[in-house]
Amino acid sequence: MTEHQPENHRCKNLLGRRTFVQWVTYGLSAMAAVVLSVPLVGYFVGVRKREVRWVTLDEVDRFPVNETRLKSFDNPLRQPWDGMTAFTGVYVRNLGVDDHGKPQFLAFAVNCAHLGCPVTWFPQSGLFMCPCHGGVYYANGDRAAGPPPRGLFRCAWRVRDGRLEVQAPHYPTLQDTLVKEEG
Amino acid sequence: MKQWLRALGQWLDARLNLRASLGPLLRHPIPKAIAGPKGWWYVFGSASVTLLMIQIITGIGLALVYVPAADKAYESLLFLNYEQPLGWFLRALHYYAGSGMVVLVLAHLTQVFLQGAYKYPRELTWIMGVLLLLFTLGMFFSGQVLRWDPDAYWGLAVGGSMAGRVPWLGPRLVELLLGGPVIGGNSLSRFFTLHVFVFVGLLLLFLGVHLWLVIKKGISAPPAPGATVDPKTYDAEYHQELQAGVPFLGEAMQKDIIFSALAVVVVVVLAALIGPKGPTAPPNPILGGANPRPEWPFLWLFGLLSLSPSGAETFVILVFPVILILALLLVPLLSNRGERDPTRRPVAVLAVVVIYTVFGALTYQGATSPWSPQMSAWSGEPVPEDIVTRNTPRQLQGAVVFQNKDCRNCHALEGSGGTRGPDLTDVGARLTFGQLVEQVSNGTPGGGNMPAYGKQISPDEMTALVDFLVSLRPAGRPQAGTVPLAAGKQRP
Repeated sequence: MTEHQPENHRCKNLLGRRTFVQWVTYGLSAMAAVVLSVPLVGYFVGVRKREVRWVTLDEVDRFPVNETRLKSFDNPLRQPWDGMTAFTGVYVRNLGVDDHGKPQFLAFAVNCAHLGCPVTWFPQSGLFMCPCHGGVYYANGDRAAGPPPRGLFRCAWRVRDGRLEVQAPHYPTLQDTLVKEEG
Repeated sequence: MKQWLRALGQWLDARLNLRASLGPLLRHPIPKAIAGPKGWWYVFGSASVTLLMIQIITGIGLALVYVPAADKAYESLLFLNYEQPLGWFLRALHYYAGSGMVVLVLAHLTQVFLQGAYKYPRELTWIMGVLLLLFTLGMFFSGQVLRWDPDAYWGLAVGGSMAGRVPWLGPRLVELLLGGPVIGGNSLSRFFTLHVFVFVGLLLLFLGVHLWLVIKKGISAPPAPGATVDPKTYDAEYHQELQAGVPFLGEAMQKDIIFSALAVVVVVVLAALIGPKGPTAPPNPILGGANPRPEWPFLWLFGLLSLSPSGAETFVILVFPVILILALLLVPLLSNRGERDPTRRPVAVLAVVVIYTVFGALTYQGATSPWSPQMSAWSGEPVPEDIVTRNTPRQLQGAVVFQNKDCRNCHALEGSGGTRGPDLTDVGARLTFGQLVEQVSNGTPGGGNMPAYGKQISPDEMTALVDFLVSLRPAGRPQAGTVPLAAGKQRP
């Protein structure tokens, strides 16, 4: 008995086998949970970086001055399997040319700034109307009446080689508009 | 044959131990009164589960044909409606059984609330029930998206806009909800996954816990005035009551079976008579005339959003539903003792009456949506003939302006046209020429419901329009602002 005493004494200071296995169990489980959940969470809540794509609408001359036209196109932000839901439209108003002779346009998303329903342009009254809650906008996109908290969402546009292009619009919301806005 | 089946049954039971484990569950005693006429109050829960079974069976059937891809979903629904044998019926049954489930879950929740059955020791049973209601509604919304028509597309748009209002997280939530930067195939896949996997799984999980609690905590006895709940003594009293109880599997269950069978017959007849719901049109976002409306369980929210002041809108969208859900969840935690009988709980009865009246009124408003412009009225609803025949040439010109400037989309004449603004059939008797010019020019003060037309029409058009409006008054009624002549006198 006495010859085992030093060994027992040493064991008391060391980790017991059961405790060690317990720690290994917890440690390995925690590690498994982390290595499993990190990519899973990344997959489920991950958002792809948004692409900037430009869409050619038409020759600048095809937009009559001071008239608003709905131009529809296949949104390049689509997935190949989006079908007809990839069709989208923007309302384009040709404002003529500025003092430097550069063409000026207004391009609006079709979505009402209230809750996203599709607005319709009424050329005879010069108003956009929303069928859902009765939001109304003037030709320049400003809010005219109803519940929308702001005017229509403006799209980024540019003229390249005599053609009007708009930046492919994502679904616009109050905190995620289509162009950087002042204020 | 009979012997062989019995032997097979015994062989299986020796391994599964079903008789020993399920037998006591099915035969466990419940309060005797439930076997009597009062037991009819207890049938809504089991009927909801019956309709859920129909939903699962019809859902599996529909999933055999439905293609959850944005470019094929609409066509596969048309195939189900017109080509697949009885596909139309399965779609209709899925819709009406789903609607019936919402109705029955609400009825069950109301009965439990009115009879105080959520009190000790059934607080968690109630909470599971509230979660079941929420996921039933979730199934309804996600199911509407799978219909993949303009209502589905624009319903997603509205959902996205609402999520987009969440402070700071809004844009991220919109992308998570839609599955990308635009509404499309990823959005449909997302809602298909929610509808057939996530929501169903959670619904079944909560249902399992709910039923487990129903068995473990027992079914509450019908309430009686003066029979209060005291957590200290309730368990012993309930145990005592069960001494004279009746088995669950027996007379009490007959009422459940009868009512569930009736519910099944009703939804089958509705499905057969009315047929499937939609799809109304292809999900083409640039098709004109879209007039999206939510499904009936959400019409109250549509109404509330339209009627709430603009300053309170974000609160109504984001905070109000959370308060509503929290209030429901907290009911048993705030009051888990005392009287159960509705005759001794007038506030509870009043709350139910008020809540159903308010939700009913909002749902009616949502269904009729008087705030929505009638988008085709300007061209589709001519000025009534009896008005035109008494107009002067300039007033007729004004009638044309009235139609062309889309006034009719919001204002009715003799009851036809939009209802967003007042009916103008007798506006000439209410407002003077000057008041009408001001109203048309400036719209509703403070940016209300009527836009300012000052820059939208020319002075000549304005004069003609207001002349026409002034002429709109019942025969014999004087123009507003003029003093009616005494009988027998003539204007000089």
